[in-house]
Amino acid sequence: MAEVLVLVELNPAAGGPRKTTLEALTAARALGEPSAVVIGAPGTAAGVKDALAEYGAAKVYVAESPEVEEYLVAPKAEVLAQLVAEKSPAAVVIPSSPEGKEIAGRLAIKTGSGFLTDVTEIAPDGTATQVAFAGATIVHSQVTVGTPIYTLRGNSVTPEPAPAAGAEETVQVQISEAAKATRVTDRVVEQKSSRPELTEASIVVSGGRGVASAENFSVIEGLADSLGAAVGASRAAVDSGFYPHSFQVGQTGKTVSPQLYIAVGISGAIQHRAGMQTSKIIVAVNKDPEAPIFELADFGVVGDLNTVVPAATQQISARRG
Amino acid sequence: MNIVVLVKQVPDSGSERKLDPADNTVARATADNVINEMDEYAIEEALTVKEAQGGEVTVLTVGPATATDAIRKALSMGADKAVHVLDDAIHGSCAVQTSAVIAAALGQLEYDLVLCGAEATDAQLSVMPALLAERLGLPQLSGARKLTVENGMAKIERQTDGGYWEIEAPLPAIVSTWDTINEPRYPSFKGIMAAKKKPVQTLTLADLGIDRATVGLATATSKVVDFAGRPPKGEGVKVPDEGDGAEKLVGFLAAQKIV
Repeated sequence: MAEVLVLVELNPAAGGPRKTTLEALTAARALGEPSAVVIGAPGTAAGVKDALAEYGAAKVYVAESPEVEEYLVAPKAEVLAQLVAEKSPAAVVIPSSPEGKEIAGRLAIKTGSGFLTDVTEIAPDGTATQVAFAGATIVHSQVTVGTPIYTLRGNSVTPEPAPAAGAEETVQVQISEAAKATRVTDRVVEQKSSRPELTEASIVVSGGRGVASAENFSVIEGLADSLGAAVGASRAAVDSGFYPHSFQVGQTGKTVSPQLYIAVGISGAIQHRAGMQTSKIIVAVNKDPEAPIFELADFGVVGDLNTVVPAATQQISARRG
Repeated sequence: MNIVVLVKQVPDSGSERKLDPADNTVARATADNVINEMDEYAIEEALTVKEAQGGEVTVLTVGPATATDAIRKALSMGADKAVHVLDDAIHGSCAVQTSAVIAAALGQLEYDLVLCGAEATDAQLSVMPALLAERLGLPQLSGARKLTVENGMAKIERQTDGGYWEIEAPLPAIVSTWDTINEPRYPSFKGIMAAKKKPVQTLTLADLGIDRATVGLATATSKVVDFAGRPPKGEGVKVPDEGDGAEKLVGFLAAQKIV
């Protein structure tokens, strides 16, 4: 069976692979037998290899080096290019984070290949599905040159276990001087949150201009916490200073595709729809019955968010005991 | 400090955008075309650096004849001159091919810094800095929410989930900027008038020494096989809150087995 390389995205906070990695392993199985590629500091693979094997990694390539995390993007692309040259895989699948897309791009140049970003599905013949223009257009694309490289959008594929051997193979890491051009000198976490990460969450509750103030975002957070959801914000809310930019959902922010998206006080401008239109179930609360968000919503409540949302939060908390 | 800003003209993300069924490429001819919003932040950042340190800001764009509108916008904000790579053979090029064209054009310019927006709102790949860095052997400083240029080094705060990374590299380097980095200026009347007289150099593939057969749809590294509009969602339910809005909402979530 053809070998498919899957780059492992790590979750430094929780210690294991990110859910996006398990999704990528699942998607890669349409193309062949996944081999996970762990690139990180020494000792990294030990904490993730069991999960990788459980989700279908026949092999785990361990590329560990103290230097690899000191530089941006380029070293990881070099390791993958080396593996592509040695193993001639049928394809490479990478989780679609900003870094993942940049690795894909550099790998494409290095290997003389084409690449497709933010794919939501990969068919056995290599055809990928992409969502274009704020979710309005569904596109099927193919790589026509070299080793196809895909970045898989988070939450597009449900991770399914498929236990495999997970046989470890050590990869010698040699970082070129050119790949050391950009140094990472610090990694700063500004918002520590017990809530799930926005792009990974199965439920997202977002607030918009209608929330009216930064303080009042506690209404959104309350509903989110009752559901174990992530919190998002529209651009209008972010531009108004109600909530930090890293939580912005939309064209110039994050794209999310959760099981349930609850839009509160969000009118539903194209800019916002671009980031959430592919959510499975959409619920809206807005006082304006003409708000375009209702065109997308499976269920909408026309009313004042300040009465509807706290009451709903209370009822959900009561149900969950 | 000489700075090149990469600018792309895109269909307005606030208008209806389409692919052209004739060849499955972005329908640019019929679109409401504007400068890529994210590029305005890169232009602003370039002007800020230039105002503090001197030098020249050059706008570089690859695109059809209509892209001159995007160039004029950049010049009216205050950029000094522009280079427009204009060649029909480029139509339908993938990002890999486009990066080869931009890299060749950069090869004819003198720069300490290349700036661009962190993504174009049409294709949303966010990879051009990485592709160019790879091709040109330049450091990549992408996704900036803050830029500092001093002592021959560029430092940025790279925006991440819930924080940022501090990264740095020696010049010349490629930096891409998010919309958190600054507030782009509006072109003044004086700026708009001055822009009309600023030099715009047009280059063809031949000028760049690029074989026409290596770009364009026929040799693109990826292709769109087919496309379709998203199937319309089934009619949703919309209820007024008559004191029971929360109850109805929770009832819906319960019916979906969410609570």
